[in-house]
Amino acid sequence: MSSIAAGEQGPATTRAAEKTIHPVWVRVCHWTNAVAMVIMIMSGWQIYNASPLFNFLFPKTITIGGWLAGALLWHFAAMWLLTINGLVYVILGFATGRFRRKLTPITPSGVIADTKAALTGKLNHDDLSKYNSVQKLLYAGILLVGALIVLSGLAIWKPVQFQYLTALFGGYEIARYVHFFAMAAIVLFLIVHVVMAFLVPKSLRAMLTGH
Amino acid sequence: MKSIFRKPLIGIDKQLLVKDAARLMPELSRRRFLSGGASLGALTLLTGCEVSDSLSAENLLTQVSKFNDKVQAAIFNPNALAPTYPASAITRPFPFNAYYTLDDAPEIEAKDWELEVTGLVQNTRAWKLEELYALPQETQITRHICVEGWSAIGSWTGARLSEFLKRIGADSRAKYVWFRCAEGYTTSIDMPTAMHPQTQMTFGFDGKTLPKAYGYPMKVRIPTRLGFKNPKYVVSLEVTNDYKGGYWENQGYNDYSGL
Repeated sequence: MSSIAAGEQGPATTRAAEKTIHPVWVRVCHWTNAVAMVIMIMSGWQIYNASPLFNFLFPKTITIGGWLAGALLWHFAAMWLLTINGLVYVILGFATGRFRRKLTPITPSGVIADTKAALTGKLNHDDLSKYNSVQKLLYAGILLVGALIVLSGLAIWKPVQFQYLTALFGGYEIARYVHFFAMAAIVLFLIVHVVMAFLVPKSLRAMLTGH
Repeated sequence: MKSIFRKPLIGIDKQLLVKDAARLMPELSRRRFLSGGASLGALTLLTGCEVSDSLSAENLLTQVSKFNDKVQAAIFNPNALAPTYPASAITRPFPFNAYYTLDDAPEIEAKDWELEVTGLVQNTRAWKLEELYALPQETQITRHICVEGWSAIGSWTGARLSEFLKRIGADSRAKYVWFRCAEGYTTSIDMPTAMHPQTQMTFGFDGKTLPKAYGYPMKVRIPTRLGFKNPKYVVSLEVTNDYKGGYWENQGYNDYSGL
């Protein structure tokens, strides 16, 4: 399969270039999620600051809500956007077979080989419609972390009504730490994801235009 | 208890509680909870539509918060009990938390105190402390969870609010029970929460008479609601159909704040 960069070579490759990499539902869910997630994270940092788990606070300039009550309003409003959009994405991901096609199989040997290639600068992104093993692992992994952050959030939001869920996390206090570390994992993913999007600009274009 | 990683524990420690109070206290500039940008007002400018209050992000967030009140009331199971803990799990010292320091907390003499009863009840006579003490009492060891995120386990002893409401002939179809406190603090809960078996008029803490720090002579302990919905130094109770707001609720905290 040829790359988009080689698009001027002939009609066959032009057809390949026009192939849809991300259907419209993926793009809508992706950008909706981006907005919801940024609101959740920045309001979450403000909420964290009201009773920090560790010996640091998030700088006020990177939080939203102004103070605790405002941050809580943002957090418990954006949660609807995040979870409804997330559910739509996961249901369509399974129903259309996209998750199966794009994210499997993930093999340890493939991940090791592609990690080595990535670290030595030999991993190419010529065909955006196919994920390498590292991408598959990260994209599948972040879906699981997404489920974890929603469930741990529910556990600390409703530790009486959903007490069995809270108990599953080891209780209210531990669920707070799980929620925090899931956030940290998502922020790390986000940093790598955004850096990669700018290193491979056509991947950003694909998520905007579809191809 | 703030966290296992952070010391010292938030006990009755003056410096810390002042810090805590300061953190909870909204500065005037912080009252408006939208710090910069993100206003739908900007959107209306772009689209050329009338810029109105009803389209501000602040208004939208308030509407979602009201929607969340309804969702939480629907989730609330009147038969679900908050988890209880063994005495060994009690947090000592239990944190004092308020928007003022312990020194400024109300100092109430039992002989001067009575509980005012108003609203949709058959008998509005005030109750003396010893009369309330005569109600059947029980002890619960439950987790107090603050809107700030920290939690602490305490042992509370007192009478079921549902029993008291029965004795004063409260209209059980009324929507709210509203509390007013000695220092002017107010909050309200809905009737299903008031009737919950663990919602307690609390007179004792950790085996002793309720100390000043936790609301002497009477606190209302509600383990199915966040801490700020558990009023201390209660002096008045009103059964009502009107939503009367509350100290923190009026500043933007979610009204239901259920757990």
